[in-house]
Amino acid sequence: MDPIILAIVIVTVIGLIGAVILVAASIFMYVPVDERVEKITAVLAGANCGACGCAGCADYAKSIVEEGNAVNKCTPGGAACAAKIAEIMGVEAGASVPMKAVVMCSGTCNQTSKRYEFQGLQSCQAVKGLYGGDGMCKYGCLGYGDCTRACAFDSIHIVDGIAKVDYAKCVGCGACAAACPNAVISIIPEHKRKPVVQCLNKDKGADTRKACTAGCIGCMKCTKVCHFDAITVENNLAHIDQDKCKGCQLCVKECPVGIIHVPANS
Amino acid sequence: MEMALKLASIFFTMILVDNYVLAKFLGICPFLGVSKKLDSAVGMSLAVTFVMVMATAATWPIYTFVLSPAYAAGTSRDLGYLQTIVFILIIAILVQLLENFLKKFVPALYKALGVYLPLITTNCTILGVTILNLDNGYNFVESIVCAAGAGIGFLVAMVLFSGVRRRVEQAITPKCFEGLPITLVAAAVTSLSFMGFGGIVDAIFKV
Repeated sequence: MDPIILAIVIVTVIGLIGAVILVAASIFMYVPVDERVEKITAVLAGANCGACGCAGCADYAKSIVEEGNAVNKCTPGGAACAAKIAEIMGVEAGASVPMKAVVMCSGTCNQTSKRYEFQGLQSCQAVKGLYGGDGMCKYGCLGYGDCTRACAFDSIHIVDGIAKVDYAKCVGCGACAAACPNAVISIIPEHKRKPVVQCLNKDKGADTRKACTAGCIGCMKCTKVCHFDAITVENNLAHIDQDKCKGCQLCVKECPVGIIHVPANS
Repeated sequence: MEMALKLASIFFTMILVDNYVLAKFLGICPFLGVSKKLDSAVGMSLAVTFVMVMATAATWPIYTFVLSPAYAAGTSRDLGYLQTIVFILIIAILVQLLENFLKKFVPALYKALGVYLPLITTNCTILGVTILNLDNGYNFVESIVCAAGAGIGFLVAMVLFSGVRRRVEQAITPKCFEGLPITLVAAAVTSLSFMGFGGIVDAIFKV
């Protein structure tokens, strides 16, 4: 037989045998796959950011169908995505409030200073290990950009010594909050009017004052001006309850150190 | 006894001296791509080992009894040149079959191997092992042992390198070396360290 024809015949026969085996295998070893999984995967944002707590978008889709996971956990996709998934699953979509990262520190270079010069590995994790950080305030943003490196959306950067969130780009996945060794970043529901106390210093007023001019001194002025009992001062630190707050912003004007801001407007 | 010695010699040669990743420089793509985390490195290596042994068990008879020049001696045909294309075909079929099988009968393993199983289809170490087995003139048992050794060698390289990589990522590197360049330098140094094993297996087993 002509060697070329023989070669073609042999490869074709091996291919055919393989095809028959695979077809047989796919029939005998058929595992039913829920078609909703594929539909939901197509609807999801596809960023694989992990904000939902699953290993990726496909994994989340699988957990919705097989384990009854909530349909509104896709932060990048938002409410539109949740509604589509709910439609596929035939359930009501829970309210999906867009979440945003907020840096709870206002201590820019002008407001606070360094305790020592750090020349080690340029990361927050490393500097935190050396006497709790190089800043005068040991509660604030360390400013070495672990959050920037963690962010998959290029939405958080070190500006003027502290982390600053780009609200247009932030999807609230929480990767930065998990990366921050000082837990300075909070993930809170986005609101156009409700303010946040951007400081975490729990020291007494005088000590705070020495460390940073933009630190909460626990003066209680904000609690007095609030009509809705939304603000409490605990451990020399004011906190605004986002559920009680109505967004009147009286406290923003009242704060003597100017650390209450509406994150969406900054 | 002599047989066992020879098999042991082949096995350890594949792990230490002729390590596929560090001495023969095959399978560099998964070596650099999947070695970031220890658990995924181990998962990938186990899947590779498994498929290597299976692929060798399937390709050795096909080459010997269908394609090899020795079998066709006396006739005008010599189909040895078909081995690359036929082996790729067989490996692809095998991986697909394996995936179906695991999905149905061992879902836990299927889940653990995850995305690495289909990735192996185009892994050059598998093809390399099957072809080099035949080039070395190994018989069937020797080929299987060689494939298992190559798989374990891959595992050793992956695990060692994922540790190296962790240290490299913690270190301060010049800006121009950050990321892949410094990883490649580290890979080169790791590979160089394996050169130190040259001759060790021959000396131990005296074959």
